[in-house]
Amino acid sequence: MILELRGVRKDYAGVQVLHGVDLVGRRGEVLAVVGANGAGKSTLIKILAGAQPMSEGEMRMDGERVEMRSPHDAHARGIRTVYQEMSLVPGLSVTENLLMGGFPRRRGGLIDWPAAHARARELLESIGFGAIDPRTIAGRLSVARQQMVEIAKALVDEPRVLVLDEPSAVLAGTDLEALFALIRRLRDRGVLVVYVSHRLAEVLELADSIVVIKDGRVIGSTEPSRTSENELIGLMAGRRLEQIYPARRADRGEPALHVSGLSRGGEFEDVSFTLHAGEIVGLFGLVGSGRSELALCVFGAEPASAGEVRVAGGPGGFRTPGQAIAAGLALVTEDRKGSGLVLGMTVADNIMLATLRATTRGPLIDFGRRRRKVAEMVERLDIRPAHCASMTTLHLSGGNQQKAVLAKWLLTGPRVLILDEPTRGVDMATRVEIYRMIDDLAREGLSVLLISSDLTEVLGATDRVLVMNQGRITGEARSDAVTEDEVLTYAIGRTA
Amino acid sequence: MTDQLAGPAPATTTARGRRLPRLVVGGRDLTVQAAFVTLIVLLVATAALTSDVFLTPANLTNLLKQMVTTGLLAFGMLVVILTGGIDLSVGSVVAFSGIVTAGLVAGLPIPLAMAVGVATGIGFGLVNGVLVARFGLAPFVVTLAALTTIRGLAFVYSEVPIAPEDPAFFTLGSALAGPIPVSTLIMLAVFLAGGIFLTRTPAGRSIVAIGGNAETVRLAGINVRRHVALAYTISGACAGLAGVILASRVGIAQPSVGVAFELDAIAACVIGGASLAGGRGSTRATFGGVLVLVLINNLLNLYGVQSFWQQVLKGLIIIAVILVQRTNRVRT
Ligand SMILES: Nc1ncnc2c1ncn2[C@@H]1O[C@H](COP(=O)(O)OP(=O)(O)OP(=O)(O)O)[C@@H](O)[C@H]1O
Ligand SMILES: [Mg+2]
Repeated sequence: MILELRGVRKDYAGVQVLHGVDLVGRRGEVLAVVGANGAGKSTLIKILAGAQPMSEGEMRMDGERVEMRSPHDAHARGIRTVYQEMSLVPGLSVTENLLMGGFPRRRGGLIDWPAAHARARELLESIGFGAIDPRTIAGRLSVARQQMVEIAKALVDEPRVLVLDEPSAVLAGTDLEALFALIRRLRDRGVLVVYVSHRLAEVLELADSIVVIKDGRVIGSTEPSRTSENELIGLMAGRRLEQIYPARRADRGEPALHVSGLSRGGEFEDVSFTLHAGEIVGLFGLVGSGRSELALCVFGAEPASAGEVRVAGGPGGFRTPGQAIAAGLALVTEDRKGSGLVLGMTVADNIMLATLRATTRGPLIDFGRRRRKVAEMVERLDIRPAHCASMTTLHLSGGNQQKAVLAKWLLTGPRVLILDEPTRGVDMATRVEIYRMIDDLAREGLSVLLISSDLTEVLGATDRVLVMNQGRITGEARSDAVTEDEVLTYAIGRTA
Repeated sequence: MTDQLAGPAPATTTARGRRLPRLVVGGRDLTVQAAFVTLIVLLVATAALTSDVFLTPANLTNLLKQMVTTGLLAFGMLVVILTGGIDLSVGSVVAFSGIVTAGLVAGLPIPLAMAVGVATGIGFGLVNGVLVARFGLAPFVVTLAALTTIRGLAFVYSEVPIAPEDPAFFTLGSALAGPIPVSTLIMLAVFLAGGIFLTRTPAGRSIVAIGGNAETVRLAGINVRRHVALAYTISGACAGLAGVILASRVGIAQPSVGVAFELDAIAACVIGGASLAGGRGSTRATFGGVLVLVLINNLLNLYGVQSFWQQVLKGLIIIAVILVQRTNRVRT
């Protein structure tokens, strides 16, 4: 089977996003699509999936022209897609989400629940995600688990083409390995896997061929054996990147935030640490180790059952995020769609949300000042497109949405910045920008807590790293004096 | 500047990938606005051409007065709908505030009696708001309960209609400023101030944002409960004011008035493109929705269409308007 796109163009309300893309995928191949934030990868994928019509161009399967008018048409041709943004129904069980297209029935038409759960379990096990209980309500699963259910859903009836838009962004450790193993198995069974990711190392490991997209055009196609991470980054960004992580000095200032004995039933226990001014501290842990819950609790968004959070020389015991913000805390949450953005509002509205009252003149918002602030952030973080201030946030690409969240919090002028997976879905060039920005902020005296499941990042971008395992801090080390293996050992709780 | 408060504009293509004709001016998609204005112009033109009465000053004044109740209720409703809620109690509040005002006129100066009337609306709105925001009860249920409770209270206050004798009582509802009724001006002022409130104040933006994603708003340090309660209070205030003006215009306050008024208010918001899920809606378009509804009513009256058929027609027209407005939105 061969899947071909020829001369695909796409515009949204007159704005050209894809300028004539050609793409060829063969059965039994992993075809990676890489490109900077906003390059048009997700748009391309929505066209493949029938979720967006192309403005011009054509699609062929086995040489025969196909019209994709809806996701249904794509399903009928065996094309299954896992989108960048989650699409599970959060209030339904895993089984219901998986089998939505057709439940096993009893005679008389009623759903045969035992059979349905059994079928769901079988499905999850067959693809290596047996740890998920099919009866759980999807919304209660961690983001990583939801992602796996999402993938399982795409495999319910044997697809011929499986399209994955940044599936690995929320996965780490064994989950990631399970996903890779699955992709290889599918490929060996003759499935064409189209794979979008910003993690170039994994692209090089997994892909059979790589297509690089920049500003809506294919600017190169290659194979892992003929290229390198650096070359890809250079192609995507249009320039070479000298250094990914800024060199950190280890001179830290006065204590800025004390967390002592903080506990919250079932989530984390007796967590104590101190953040200093000018210091970047990494918090590493596997998904489910309680890092995000800890962050929410420190920020006053969830009550603690014991322990205390206190800004050095200032207030503590925050009961609302408002109090924490007033004391100089800021939190970029890991789930930008669920708690980072109001997707239906404009980028400007979102960027100003945490500082609504800081830009008023009399009772009214001062739109002039607000526009300047937004423009400043858009430029500083290079949020694209540059005229995005009045765009609905929903229409930004994933990475640019992430930058908008960051912009919102930087405007509050925080003393302590907590970042929960801030580079998820962010392209390499922009990551470098973000690391540099964090470094600059730290140099200005800010203290940063960087929560991440990316080991390289957590060691490269920080001064000190805390490791969390099952709700407890199990290790602490200077980032330049510890190896990735040592950190992993703390995180898994075994001694090597 | 559009006054679309938030929310993606309808996509340019349907889910089936067909393109619909769109009107794009200077990069902005004005299809919906254009369809709206066309509809209103069509309604007015039909009315003017087919009825001798429509353009008479008496009918026009009447039309302007009829707009007031629906208009005030629709604005209050919009604020609540933006938070993702609904206020079913407004019709009962209209009855209660009207009858209380009429009852108090005997003992109190008229402006004070009217202020008390509006205040009862504020009070009921606040109770609704606190129940929804503080206790997390479903808005539909809370305001449904309020609908019947407040209606009952209106009858408890007075089972029979109250008709104050003092002619000063009629002033608010019937006075004209030039050709335009004072009450209409008050309603317009509410829309104007309301539009500014929703687009240009921190509280207004917070209300819109809450309907979009309450968790994001909470984490941004904004007191979500207080703003939700504020929204219901605004709706209650609008309903209270509407009740006082209505009683004054009719000259008699009935405990049974205002049944199903909430439906017209909701219809006006929805015709104006507000999303009942919250976070999307516009004051200007809601005002357009009010105009459409009131024009339809007036027209059907002029034609002498039987009132049951009026209801049927109104329902069909609402569906048609909404269909035009929402060409299937594409999921992104
Ligand atoms: N519905 C839409 N309306 C208008 N513009 C859109 C819409 N969807 C996407 N865009 C724009 O199209 C461009 C490409 O977006 P796309 O989501 O395809 O990027 P991407 O390559 O997937 O980026 P990322 O790596 O950040 O996910 C962006 O500039 C984006 O703002
Ligand atoms: Mg994308």
